[in-house]
Amino acid sequence: MGSDVFLFLATFLASAVEAVEALTIVLAVGVVRGWRSTLAGVGAASLALAAIVAGLGPALQHIPIGTLRLVVGALLLAVGLQWLRKAILRASGYKPLHDEAEAFSREREQAGAAVTAGTARIDWYSFTVAFKGVLLEGLEVAFIVISFGATNGRLGLAAAAAMAAGALVVVAGLVARRPLERVPENALKFGVGVMLTSFGIFWGGEGAGVDWPSGDLVLLAVVGWVALVSFVLTRGLRRRRLMLEPAAARG
Amino acid sequence: MTYLTSFGRFWWNFIVGDDWRVAAGLAGALALTWLLEDEGVAAWWVLPLAVAALLAESVLREARGGDTKG
Repeated sequence: MGSDVFLFLATFLASAVEAVEALTIVLAVGVVRGWRSTLAGVGAASLALAAIVAGLGPALQHIPIGTLRLVVGALLLAVGLQWLRKAILRASGYKPLHDEAEAFSREREQAGAAVTAGTARIDWYSFTVAFKGVLLEGLEVAFIVISFGATNGRLGLAAAAAMAAGALVVVAGLVARRPLERVPENALKFGVGVMLTSFGIFWGGEGAGVDWPSGDLVLLAVVGWVALVSFVLTRGLRRRRLMLEPAAARG
Repeated sequence: MTYLTSFGRFWWNFIVGDDWRVAAGLAGALALTWLLEDEGVAAWWVLPLAVAALLAESVLREARGGDTKG
């Protein structure tokens, strides 16, 4: 039950972050070049993603659970540590924060500068940019859904969490009609990085033959450990930056 | 060919990312865990410690690079 809640939360938050990035691209192209071809691109990418999840999900159920947990654990560790690494460097000021408003302006400028479709029925620029944006961000979500779902035998729960996050972001985007720049993206990425890394340690360890003390309950301790290490590193790096360049760190 | 390259680059960026040393270190830590468990030694502590060490080394190296660039 506890791991179900973690699984839902991790999938929901990771999907929400990717959905915000996809929405930024779709809104920028749709606003500048029109909605018909943009939405056609979104629809085609959604179908491709559904086919990937429907095809890979059941196929993974035939792999022995130990092997699956080792591979998925390794992948989650690799992806989770990347998210954490970036979140720590951003929170401590060593990397600029990801700015959705700036990304939106950049996409809008590029969409405006591209050659228009003339009288053609489909504007291939809008279609391709929307398709690529949704497919690439969606592939990351599909990977997380399949990993969590197949490894834990809870594909339906993971897919529901991803769909709920996607729906929430789309509704919020439609209401705002602009990128969701107020979403605290780095804090979300920090939380998701902690969860992906913790699940990666747990499943990767089980796949490699570890018999965890206290069974599933150890997941709570692992989450606490990863969060503590990340917090200490962020504080330490912030302090280091403050000592080396006091004015920049305060700004 | 371009599609294949883009496809390969997407998965490389997604899985390995900016720091290949972290991915290599994780592979080593998983292999060590498996070897120890195979020899009958409890190895539940390897991955939590490896994650902390790899993360700390990676962000500190990046920060030092940032300090020298800035």
